[in-house]
Amino acid sequence: MNTLFDKIWDAHVVQTVTDGPTQLYIDRLYCHEVTSPQAFDGMRARGLKCFRPEQIVCMPDHNTPTHDQDKPIADPVSKKQVDTLERNAREFGLKHFGMMSKDNGIIHVVGPEKGLSLPGMTIVCGDSHTSTHGAMGAVAFGIGTSEVEMVMASQCILQQKPRSMRITINGQLGRGVTAKDVALYLMAKLTTSGATGYFVEYAGEVVKNLSMEGRLTLCNLSIEMGARGGFIAPDDVTFDYIKGKEYAPKGEDWDKAMAYWRTLKSGDDAVFDKELVFDAADIEPRITYGTNPGMGIGITESIPAEGDANFNKSLQYMGFKEGEKLLGKKIDYVFLGACTNGRIEDFRAFASIVKGRQKAADVVAWLVPGSWAVDKQIREEGLDKVLEASGFKIRQPGCSACLAMNDDKVPADKYAVSTSNRNFEGRQGPGARTILCSPLVAAAAAVTGVITDPRTLL
Amino acid sequence: MKQKFDIITSTCVPLPLENVDTDQIIPARFLKATDKEGFGDNLFRDWRYRPDGSIVEDFVLNDPKYKGCILVAGKNFGSGSSREHAAWAIAGYGFRVVISSFFADIHKNNELNNFVLPVQVSENFLQELFQTIQNNPDTQVEVDLPNQTVTNKATGNSEHFDINGYKKHCLMNGLDDIDFLVANKDKIEKWEHQRN
Repeated sequence: MNTLFDKIWDAHVVQTVTDGPTQLYIDRLYCHEVTSPQAFDGMRARGLKCFRPEQIVCMPDHNTPTHDQDKPIADPVSKKQVDTLERNAREFGLKHFGMMSKDNGIIHVVGPEKGLSLPGMTIVCGDSHTSTHGAMGAVAFGIGTSEVEMVMASQCILQQKPRSMRITINGQLGRGVTAKDVALYLMAKLTTSGATGYFVEYAGEVVKNLSMEGRLTLCNLSIEMGARGGFIAPDDVTFDYIKGKEYAPKGEDWDKAMAYWRTLKSGDDAVFDKELVFDAADIEPRITYGTNPGMGIGITESIPAEGDANFNKSLQYMGFKEGEKLLGKKIDYVFLGACTNGRIEDFRAFASIVKGRQKAADVVAWLVPGSWAVDKQIREEGLDKVLEASGFKIRQPGCSACLAMNDDKVPADKYAVSTSNRNFEGRQGPGARTILCSPLVAAAAAVTGVITDPRTLL
Repeated sequence: MKQKFDIITSTCVPLPLENVDTDQIIPARFLKATDKEGFGDNLFRDWRYRPDGSIVEDFVLNDPKYKGCILVAGKNFGSGSSREHAAWAIAGYGFRVVISSFFADIHKNNELNNFVLPVQVSENFLQELFQTIQNNPDTQVEVDLPNQTVTNKATGNSEHFDINGYKKHCLMNGLDDIDFLVANKDKIEKWEHQRN
């Protein structure tokens, strides 16, 4: 009651269906090439036009290669999917940020950085990491393709209202501990289903002190604890970030928006269905050892001994043993990027470790900015020079090795230290073994060739 | 896809694993199609086939002992990616019901939107069902949507399952949410007008 989640959700209820779900109005729909073609087909089959085309933004990101984007995509099936999005966007009159346009990138990176995702909005996309946009103070969540079609057809969706949860993290993060480590810590505490059925508000000193990039990383990973979405009440950090963005309100509209945005917080008397409190002092740089994101430990800890069949299946896939420490383990690939950690701050963090050091000779490193705007800023700040001097090359933007729908696939049995969001079996390529971590841990592994505590290199 | 739902009685295919994510149900490399056809062929692809395409004999979909249109899976089924392709793969393979003790949110909606019924049961009921199926693969399970009950015919044990009245009506009558929403456009326009 009287939570920020209630305020935003309730302000978007068109009606409550008798003995059924809520009909929720959606301010912004994002579409990418993988989860939209069947929705467009459905619209055509029903003879429908998009109800509010100006509220829909499309861009390809999952299939895009991270090199030679100026040439046609080599994989004909990927090419068809990317071309289909462009054709559908044109046919239905939707904004489309095509590959190689300066506006393109991963949807969950581009939306906030262009001011398309704003406080108080309801935002959906056929992608579970839509929770990212919650960092702007929005109610944002992933949906299936049938639901994408619902929004295209009516700008509404039928949903059961989730329960509310507040996660408060008090204290100060230690040196070398980032928003990613906080999220990995929460997943390990809650498991991958601990927040299923809930919408999470993140609060507390740690969250307040996070940059916008850090907040986007934290909210991005809400789904990995099962939560439909996670968000942070907007404050001056949010407003400073949004001000001047291309699609952000300007002039009088800005003042009007700010007056509303300032009201977007949970009441002092707010009652959450569940409250959890954690202490930053308990969080160290983290890594995962298993095949779901909840299977994680502090980087200096050992793999626990649980012994059940599911756990053993995971360890067998990963080639790890119970009780084993991962520090010093040889790794093969490093991936910096994804909607989780493909922003400017992530590249700054990575560069801060590799500066003055060299990439380990036998490590393959893929550094993939989340958008062309991030790429531009990397170059403006001279980070490209730092990274190149250390033996790293910057690739072109896209989802890349996070889910390996393009050519960036980790081979079977190889270890990939990755700043992405999922370590599921085969996620980064059939048989690939993923170790999730922050950009600092990834950088430390990239220069040493083994799992390394980044605090020893700071 | 819009198959009307009533009472289904069938043998089951047991998958006693927990946290089965949608990347396992349908790996990302099979998401490149622009239609909904053929996903069933790649359901659980990397558990069902080796990298060279040969069959993994001891995976349950390849075991001729187990058949039927009910999939029974461990808790937290369908976690991870929102890909509806997972529901298309389950429906495309021929499953009409998935029984588990816990479902991930987005996947549960995706199943419902494709006329696959997710039936959430207690952990005890689930474990007993796994045991009965293991003892006798011909065990029949009855899923009665009108009465919202699921019955293990071998033991006679029955449980009530939840589904909201609206969605139940949709499944039993072959209606979907888009039909409903499009019929409500006046309300939406009125709401938009009042908001401004």
